[in-house]
Amino acid sequence: MAWFKRTEKGIQTATEQKKDTPKGLWYKSPTGKIVEADELAKNFYVSPEDDYHVRIGSKEYFEILFDNNEFEEIGDKLTAKDPLKFVDTKNYVDRLKAAQEKTGLKDAVRTAVGKSKGKDIVISCMDFNFIGGSLGSVAGEKICRGIDYAIENNLPFIMISKSGGARMQEAALSLMQLAKTSAKLAKLAEKKLPYISLSTDPTTGGVTASYAMLGDINIAEPGALIGFAGPRVIKEATGKELPEGFQTSEFLLEHGFLDHIVHRKQLKNKINLYIDLIQNQPVRE
Amino acid sequence: MEYLDFELPIKELEEQLDRCQVIGTESEVDVTDTCKKIEKKLIDTKKDIYKNLTAWQRVQLSRHPSRPYTMDYIKAICGDTFFELHGDRTVKDDKAMVGGLGKIGDQSYMFIGTQKGFNTKTRQYRNFGMANPEGYRKALRLMRMAEKFNIPVITFVDTPGAYPGIEAEERGQGEAIARNIMEMTRLKVPILVFIIGEGASGGALGIGVGDKVMMLENTWYSVISPESCSSILWRTWEQKEQAAEVLKLTAPDMKKLKLVDSIVKEPLGGAHSDREATFKTVIKTIEDSMKELKKLSVEELVDQRMEKYFNMGVYKE
Repeated sequence: MAWFKRTEKGIQTATEQKKDTPKGLWYKSPTGKIVEADELAKNFYVSPEDDYHVRIGSKEYFEILFDNNEFEEIGDKLTAKDPLKFVDTKNYVDRLKAAQEKTGLKDAVRTAVGKSKGKDIVISCMDFNFIGGSLGSVAGEKICRGIDYAIENNLPFIMISKSGGARMQEAALSLMQLAKTSAKLAKLAEKKLPYISLSTDPTTGGVTASYAMLGDINIAEPGALIGFAGPRVIKEATGKELPEGFQTSEFLLEHGFLDHIVHRKQLKNKINLYIDLIQNQPVRE
Repeated sequence: MEYLDFELPIKELEEQLDRCQVIGTESEVDVTDTCKKIEKKLIDTKKDIYKNLTAWQRVQLSRHPSRPYTMDYIKAICGDTFFELHGDRTVKDDKAMVGGLGKIGDQSYMFIGTQKGFNTKTRQYRNFGMANPEGYRKALRLMRMAEKFNIPVITFVDTPGAYPGIEAEERGQGEAIARNIMEMTRLKVPILVFIIGEGASGGALGIGVGDKVMMLENTWYSVISPESCSSILWRTWEQKEQAAEVLKLTAPDMKKLKLVDSIVKEPLGGAHSDREATFKTVIKTIEDSMKELKKLSVEELVDQRMEKYFNMGVYKE
């Protein structure tokens, strides 16, 4: 016997009155810890129980690093072209369009200037959601414009990497972005302005073989995958089992390629502390 | 001599020509006319094949087992004056990356290049031309030495990629390549880069930044090999020919995209068909390029090089 008896027949609810469970109310970390979305945001997108650093994008990093989330974007009108007329199982142009619609972003990098602890800094940040955070012409140019802005205004430059590597659909044009961005960093170094490279999960391929490894300090978030060749490629090439913790932040720190592993909660503090120390300025609160 | 599949008509004609010549010497029959006819046909066939090469055929040629490798160029270019230098002063001597000093005329040069082997044993010894971090660091050590003594640098690139190994990652393959790329953008001496075979991605760019980057006619240069590209985008190795097309990795394509400065012509039939002619063209190219670069001051040289890289990339605003 039913508890309730439906007497009315043919009940129709208008679409706008239909109730749905909103997506993303909860987040489950890889170890199975569950956290409320609001709670997660308040905790710098780190799962409070197991310290798992959830993958986030430029929107969240800007929010974490710029005071009151106030910043001005540089080169935000730049979008990709398809100079090679690249077609694989899909047109590159269609891929771009789909990625732009899905993410609301123009490409895989955003560059912005704003105050962090009261002082201006320039940040270029990669978005992994946009075609795997792949580095193409637009991303390369946006990073370079950020460095140019830092040089013109005597500001520190911070690069937040999160990428699968160079964008295959722009082939050698992507590859040359390694040289282009590295040459700009050489210019920044000439001006003796600090460059802080933050690697986040994942930072691989061409990005590791250029700006991610060229910081005055290289820092990373805990547990991030950082490497040149991907684990699968290495396994195939060597036929060997990969050691435990291979290519994690902790592995890179141990082997001497990182200065520090920084918890996201401490990110703003640590970056500004380094800037104050290396520029021999009073340490800001 | 080994032949690629599309070179088989050439092989057939060459064998015919041999037979014809043998008949001529062993018998009284006058074969001069027949031989001449075959010779002409051989040249026509070669021209025909080489004029219409697909991207994939160029990739095959770039890996031709008889193609000259870095050391062949260096020895041909500077003969007895070559003084090989070893080691990165940190870990070991990487056999996939060679380097040293040598002369062309009265000018000394620092030669650096990835080295492949010519048989199974030497291929293993050279790790198939795939350098480890210590290889890139050895290259950087030699470049800095060259800078210190104002010696121009010449690099030869022929690599299927930087080695994807466990130790390579432990010793910072990414960092080593990144460091080289940055230092090469600001090195205070002229850098000439020759892509002589395969130019695969970061492994190539790690010794590939320069004032003049030149591709031999039948070589490839891209962000990934056509095989790996096929496996990632199509999830099969079978689309490598199509991948070679879409990657626009041939010398003419790369020149058109302004990602390399010029193309070095190879003899008819490819670099391996007439090595001496290939070496001569490379020497001439070095001398011509140096004449041009010597006119620049150090500041102009470095600015011009950096400016070239700043302009790479296509986007709209």
